[in-house]
Amino acid sequence: MNERQEFDVVVAGAGPAGIAAACAAAESGAAVGLIDDNSEPGGQVWRRDRSHAPSQLARFWLNRLERASIHRFSQTRIVAATARSRVLVVEQPRGSFEVSYRKLVLATGARERFLPFPGWTLPGVVGAGGLQALVKSGLDVQGARIVVAGTGPLLLAAASHLRLAGARIQAIVEQAPLPSLTRFALQSARYGKAAQALGLGLDLIGVPLHVSSWIEAAEGARRVSAVRVRVLKKVKTYPCDYVATSFGLAPNIELPVLAGCEIEDGFVAVTGGQRTSVKDVYAAGEITGIGGVDSALAEGQEAGSGNALGADRWLPFKRLLHDTFNPRDELRSLAAPETIVCRCEDVRRSALDGMTCWREAKLQTRCGMGTCQGRVCGAALQFLNGWRNESVRPPLLPARVETLANPGRRSR
Amino acid sequence: MSASADVIVIGAGIVGAACADAIARDGLKVAVIESGAIGGGTTAACMGHIVVMDDSEAQFALTRYSSGLWHQLAAELPSEAEFTQAGTLWVASGEEEMAEARRKHAYYGKRGVDTEILDARALAEAEPNLRPGLAGALRVPRDSVVYPPWIARWLVERSGARVIHGEAVAASGTEVRLRDGTVCPAGAVVNATGVWAPRLTSSLQIQPRKGHLLITDRYPGFLRHQLVELGYLKSAHGHGSESVAMNLQPRATGQILIGSSRQLGVDSSEIEEHMLQRMLQRAMEYVPGLGQLPATRAWTGLRPCSPDNLPYIGPAAEDSSLLIAAGHEGLGITTSLATGTLIADLLLKRRPAIPAAPYFPGRVHAASH
Ligand SMILES: Cc1cc2nc3c(=O)[nH]c(=O)nc-3n(C[C@H](O)[C@H](O)[C@H](O)COP(=O)(O)OP(=O)(O)OC[C@H]3O[C@@H](n4cnc5c(N)ncnc54)[C@H](O)[C@@H]3O)c2cc1C
Ligand SMILES: Cc1cc2nc3c(=O)[nH]c(=O)nc-3n(C[C@H](O)[C@H](O)[C@H](O)COP(=O)(O)OP(=O)(O)OC[C@H]3O[C@@H](n4cnc5c(N)ncnc54)[C@H](O)[C@@H]3O)c2cc1C
Repeated sequence: MNERQEFDVVVAGAGPAGIAAACAAAESGAAVGLIDDNSEPGGQVWRRDRSHAPSQLARFWLNRLERASIHRFSQTRIVAATARSRVLVVEQPRGSFEVSYRKLVLATGARERFLPFPGWTLPGVVGAGGLQALVKSGLDVQGARIVVAGTGPLLLAAASHLRLAGARIQAIVEQAPLPSLTRFALQSARYGKAAQALGLGLDLIGVPLHVSSWIEAAEGARRVSAVRVRVLKKVKTYPCDYVATSFGLAPNIELPVLAGCEIEDGFVAVTGGQRTSVKDVYAAGEITGIGGVDSALAEGQEAGSGNALGADRWLPFKRLLHDTFNPRDELRSLAAPETIVCRCEDVRRSALDGMTCWREAKLQTRCGMGTCQGRVCGAALQFLNGWRNESVRPPLLPARVETLANPGRRSR
Repeated sequence: MSASADVIVIGAGIVGAACADAIARDGLKVAVIESGAIGGGTTAACMGHIVVMDDSEAQFALTRYSSGLWHQLAAELPSEAEFTQAGTLWVASGEEEMAEARRKHAYYGKRGVDTEILDARALAEAEPNLRPGLAGALRVPRDSVVYPPWIARWLVERSGARVIHGEAVAASGTEVRLRDGTVCPAGAVVNATGVWAPRLTSSLQIQPRKGHLLITDRYPGFLRHQLVELGYLKSAHGHGSESVAMNLQPRATGQILIGSSRQLGVDSSEIEEHMLQRMLQRAMEYVPGLGQLPATRAWTGLRPCSPDNLPYIGPAAEDSSLLIAAGHEGLGITTSLATGTLIADLLLKRRPAIPAAPYFPGRVHAASH
């Protein structure tokens, strides 16, 4: 019993870029399949919030998705892909099957980047995005003391969201220096981001904002109880219940790599109309460069419709984001010799002394060999040591042995 | 090269590392030339099963001798080496294979290797996750499991060898030339470059025999022994182009390593879905519960395969001052320590513990003339 579902267009990832691509393709009459790991569409930004109504933009797109004729596969992970035969192997909690396409749109988004510092593995130290997701699904942070630290516009967004949920934001710690932040604020006005920033600023009145600053260490016995923050030449200590970190995003390029797409500076290389280097494979959203919701929507529509709609007007904004919030060199020396870098396999930084590349480190220390296959430590090691993990193989994500043994068979 | 070495070993896989270690223990000064990461070749892609095998008398002699050396080394190995005496179960699915198990039992016993016959019930008790209805098994309790890439590095470090990072492009018995033009003189040279050895010594007949492996998340206790189907012999023996066999290994980490496949003459590193699928289907025929375990990574490796499945250990046909230690096919982890010792014996003109002639590279030429 072989099962294969066939579509004109398959979209991988149901964040803003994927939703826009799927809608654009379906509205032009194509049979469309939209595949996502989560149970609801929306990706990281439009994750359903139990305490708040979705934003206007989210509502618009989620309604449009609802109305379009699109086959949605939720809780479905793509675990293998053969670009030559245009087939994806997907796994669901209760079975697996194959999905074939004539055109593939990759919109797999990005994950949070973690940079190790002493104490980053303590319970209570979490990714800002991860903490927001927990709050959206019901975690109570009423009265909790939270320090939000790292870099980029997501810091303010997270702080504002957590504050609205009742948290007491102790401080916002941004590593970028004031001059580049000012330049960013002025230039981003051109992309219609000023009102958004102003809104966040109003939400956060009264919260100390440190720029050119960073966390030196998180402290605590069984969970985090305080953080030490370097502010200019001084060190300030903030007692806290949570530390929400955000050091930017790392694109999920594993599927694009497996599909054979050319990668440039860590992102999927695209030309006009969001075409990748592989025929009939398109890419949109964060995997082509971190740019936020608006650029993701524009690129998604382009990729889905196959028409050039001017999504490339976001390129300068992407560059501006990258240049403003690129982590500074000082952050490379935060991790101490005993700081864990690979959480899956408990590998400490000192174990990597003398290693010359990702592969050697992996073979000799098990760094990146665990369940996450370097998804967490990979971005950190790229920043710390300049190593890249370029070896992508099926399974892309942990998959049941039977899925890989009989990919075309839906079990039970 | 500033200080010239007594011996240069080219290649720091498990075989080159074992050679460097054995030679250094005899007091000679060793240098190792490696173009990639130490232990990063075929040694990084194997199962690390230390197994006594009886395809031929010569194979049995070498694997038994080497297995003994592993047990001696075990006491000195740190925990990262993951040495575990799991034992092998040669699983018999029917009466014909059970007869083979009994033959093996007698063969090993006559040569001083303890084994034990398990009937169907004893097998089910030993490995509850095997499917019901199997005939029985042969248990080889001293067979073991190790983590070879780490041990390769440990052996090189212990030998005190100077590590030269570079690619050898020409080698004679007295010097090695590197890609960047450097010439390294030495008293003797060992070519231990595995599947790549013919590039430096063209008379060697070595073909790649590709294998796939898949590893699962951690399930400590799911299996206790390394399980190999007795039908494996058919697959490992013949030079038929493609085959798979059930070969399952519990790692010290609690993961299950699933093998194995063989494709003669294939040298690409990509995962070939049809081979992976066949290999996993075969494994699930024996251990159905395996299907539900999450797999985290698949990879491939190239076994260095000689026409008679025996390694080349000894003087090269074209230049007797150049020593060869290559072509260990699917048993190079097992036989690495014996290889190192035999090479050191040859260098010091010492009488080896087992006859060395069956492994001399010249045998293949001699046989074909
Ligand atoms: C006993 C054992 C257990 C293992 N357990 C795990 C595990 O739990 N999780 C896990 O992820 N991995 C595990 N590994 C696999 C191992 O770490 C590698 O994955 C394996 O060697 C395949 O290489 P790769 O996938 O890292 O990279 P590949 O994709 O094979 O290669 C990466 C890079 O190295 C180069 N390269 C590959 N092979 C060679 C070679 N022979 N010579 C020179 N350069 C080469 C390639 O060109 C490429 O640039 C285990 C290995 C062993 C031996
Ligand atoms: C899937 C699979 C499973 C296996 N399972 C087992 C098992 O369970 N038990 C067992 O005993 N064996 C097993 N083997 C076999 C075993 O892995 C090999 O026989 C063994 O690793 C060979 O070691 P080597 O040192 O000869 O080769 P390699 O490990 O390949 O080392 C050769 C080294 O030479 C280097 N090199 C090559 N050319 C040059 C050059 N010109 N200059 C400098 N350096 C160079 C390479 O980079 C490499 O590091 C398995 C093999 C495979 C593929």
